Amino acid sequence: MNQNEFMQLVNPFKDKLFRVAKRLLVSTEEAEDATQEVLVKLWNRSENLNHYNSVEALAMTITKNYCLDQLKSKRASNMKIVHNNFSDREASVQQKVEDRDTWNWVEKIMNELPEQQKLIVQLRDIEEMEFEEISKVLEMNEQAIRTALSRARKTIREKMSKTHDYGIG
Amino acid sequence: MVLDKIEKLVQKYFEAQTTIAEEQELKDYFASADVAPSLEHYKPLFSYAVQAKKEQFNATIILKAKKRNRVVWLSVAASAVVFLGVGLFTFDSYTQTKAQDLGTIEDPEVAFRETQKALNMISKSVNKGIVSMSYLNEYEQSKNRIFKK
Repeated sequence: MNQNEFMQLVNPFKDKLFRVAKRLLVSTEEAEDATQEVLVKLWNRSENLNHYNSVEALAMTITKNYCLDQLKSKRASNMKIVHNNFSDREASVQQKVEDRDTWNWVEKIMNELPEQQKLIVQLRDIEEMEFEEISKVLEMNEQAIRTALSRARKTIREKMSKTHDYGIG
Repeated sequence: MVLDKIEKLVQKYFEAQTTIAEEQELKDYFASADVAPSLEHYKPLFSYAVQAKKEQFNATIILKAKKRNRVVWLSVAASAVVFLGVGLFTFDSYTQTKAQDLGTIEDPEVAFRETQKALNMISKSVNKGIVSMSYLNEYEQSKNRIFKK
């Protein structure tokens, strides 16, 4: 497999990997680095990729593991994840300020979820994956995923209504 | 009736029992202009999900050429060649020395003489070595001259 073929293979889901990485690592730069790293890992394996049913699921699993490792080592070395995703990059998204505020707020609430719930919400609500696919990526059974998803969605709802009631944005 | 249905869907949504199609329906509903006031507060949740999916990976991807693998194999092959070479060489010289038959002497008298001859030869060479060392005595003498007096 040459580089072009590989790029064509990963193109449909590279954004997805990036979004998942960003969900976990929060910082855009770190998510980019992680995505890059994952793609290189995948590329090094490209000879055996046809043994896998779904390269996308494989890539997703690698991303998940890589990011979780990254977080673990960050915590071990007691470093904070530095992120400066301020208006700079998001300015390209021409939206109403008000809208952006509420989205940031949903994002903030999501960032407070435990990692596993973050992943599940990301894969289900944002990437719109079926439970079957999610269970492959996360190596969890579907029932456990549903339970965690329900818990995560309810937590988000609760926190949203709290900020809504007190008017704290 | 539409509202009723949506409310039910929302409930199902929080129990994580909705299908992808139903979730799409919810997203569409909350993206529309006429969201019921009672459901208004869920709007950001669904619009965020739609929005978040639009984020793209824009950094350029750098794939290192897959040379690493080849290098590993090359070094393995090279070391194998070196080992084989050294091994063959030592094996060869080993068998060669072993193959040299020096013969045996049956008669003890002759053997004694031969041994003597060989030992003489050795002592002669050793003496030759010692002669060249004799100038070291000069050092000894001068040392004695300096330190004893």
